Amino acid sequence: MTRSRLATGLVILAAVLMLVPLLWVLALSLKDNAELMTDTASVFNGRFTLENYRNLFGNGDVFRWIANSLIVSFGMTAGVLMLASLAGYGFARLEFPGRNLLFVVVLLGLAVPEQAVIIARHQMFSWLGMHNSYPALILPGLSAPFGVFLMTQYFRAIPRDIDEAALLDGASRFTIFWKLLLPLTIPAQATLGIFTFLSAWNDYWWPLISATNKDMFTLTVGIASTQMNFAQTEGLGFLMAQAVFAGAPMLIVYLFFQKYIVQAVAGAAGR
Amino acid sequence: MPSVAVEPAAAFTVPVPRGRGRQDWRSALFVAPYLLVFVAMLVVPLAMGMWLSTTKGDLFGTERWVGLANFVRLFGDAIFLKAVANTFYFVLLTVPFLTLAGLGLALVLNRQERWAAVLRTIFFASTVLSVTVVTLVWRLVFLPDGGLLGVTAEALGKTPIAFLNDERLAMPAIAVTTIWWCIGLPMVLFLAALQQVPRDLYEAAALDNASRWTTLTRITLPAIKRTFFLVIIIEVILQFQLFGQPQLMTLGGPNNSTRPIVLFIYEAGWRQWELGYAAAAAQVLFAMILIAAMVQYRLSSGKEAA
Repeated sequence: MTRSRLATGLVILAAVLMLVPLLWVLALSLKDNAELMTDTASVFNGRFTLENYRNLFGNGDVFRWIANSLIVSFGMTAGVLMLASLAGYGFARLEFPGRNLLFVVVLLGLAVPEQAVIIARHQMFSWLGMHNSYPALILPGLSAPFGVFLMTQYFRAIPRDIDEAALLDGASRFTIFWKLLLPLTIPAQATLGIFTFLSAWNDYWWPLISATNKDMFTLTVGIASTQMNFAQTEGLGFLMAQAVFAGAPMLIVYLFFQKYIVQAVAGAAGR
Repeated sequence: MPSVAVEPAAAFTVPVPRGRGRQDWRSALFVAPYLLVFVAMLVVPLAMGMWLSTTKGDLFGTERWVGLANFVRLFGDAIFLKAVANTFYFVLLTVPFLTLAGLGLALVLNRQERWAAVLRTIFFASTVLSVTVVTLVWRLVFLPDGGLLGVTAEALGKTPIAFLNDERLAMPAIAVTTIWWCIGLPMVLFLAALQQVPRDLYEAAALDNASRWTTLTRITLPAIKRTFFLVIIIEVILQFQLFGQPQLMTLGGPNNSTRPIVLFIYEAGWRQWELGYAAAAAQVLFAMILIAAMVQYRLSSGKEAA
């Protein structure tokens, strides 16, 4: 019993260590910048201000970046759900020449890491003159084979009797897909949607090299750009307010949808 | 949040056509939109990247075929070799700890009580943050002059250490940051596995008066063995792709001590604009990840057989 007490105590201590950096950043964000310049230990003197957040709201950049991140993340999520559902139904239910071969090729795509394609992708978008646009930020993410894999598995698990009965009634393939089967896949759509949104929101490398124009930064890239000349910054508190502002919405969403987010992330990794 | 290369085992069990389905090319229209994007955004760039790795471009963008010269150059490039060594070092610093700590957390927190749920929430929370927020937070921890650790050291009357400027400490500091960011995933993977262990095994053990330790080593650990290896391989693939943390915290320094392969690729490609050279380094990384992915595939197909 004592051993398990010890283990529990260690885990609680670790949880505190997980929280301390966040509380530190939160405290710094509530301090006057000039006071932080002289001594960051001044966070313990109890004088706090909302000035940094007021400045943040007066500065349009962060809102522009949030809007970009929302557009890109929702765009990518909608695109992935649409393409993956159609393809999943096709691979799971329909017969067409070369189907099995194509499916295996798509699955092999799962083993391709971003690094192996990103240089050539960047060149392609350069040739097309498409960098610094929403399509450039969204399109590469639509090619991820994971969604197709997930949806194919899900469609396969639905009993065939459902579509066969509808086929006898003269329903078209598309009607069966759209009216009958798609509503049954909502749990898989939720998993895939959450996973895609989270990946898109936190994606860093591709937006870093594709969106070089400040107006097209996503929030992730924007926050990176503000910490570049970090050593010279006089606005440590302001920087921290940005970190809080960028991190807090994700954490709040997480607190509300924890169950689904954990399932989506674990499901994507464990498959 | 980093992405994981997943290796599906079950998917390869293609169902046998039942004979009554008609082959119809129009059915391919369902998969056509995805295949179009797949070819344009994945197959073509992959092939182009392979071709690029055998070329040398100049500033005007005209490429010249140089065969394997880029690869020969890579393996004689001290900075690249250092980047490979750094990557392995980082994987060694993070993966064993993430796996064991994830398992430990899951074992302690696999219970119904409210406090366990709260702690699980805390340990997974950092996973949803982006790399740029994570590094910003941790730079303010490691900053010698006024960072959390610096302030703590001063309060204890010690001299603050500049972790990120110290050749020996910078990579461990990045590893700590990464563990803080990534601990949630191994924990939830182990939690999911623990809930799959049949209850009656524990009931039988309780009837036999088995000690907690015996129950753990004889029942729990053997039952989640496969998840254990799966977590290791997933984390190896993930941490092999280290990029944002050093790019934002140390720029690969001091003295190249924190430059991993992916940062090398990024710098060769977008700092020196040597696309062929960067592409060659990317192929080397791809080969390494492919090997890890094959191991993962074997493991997950083993799960099917069991």
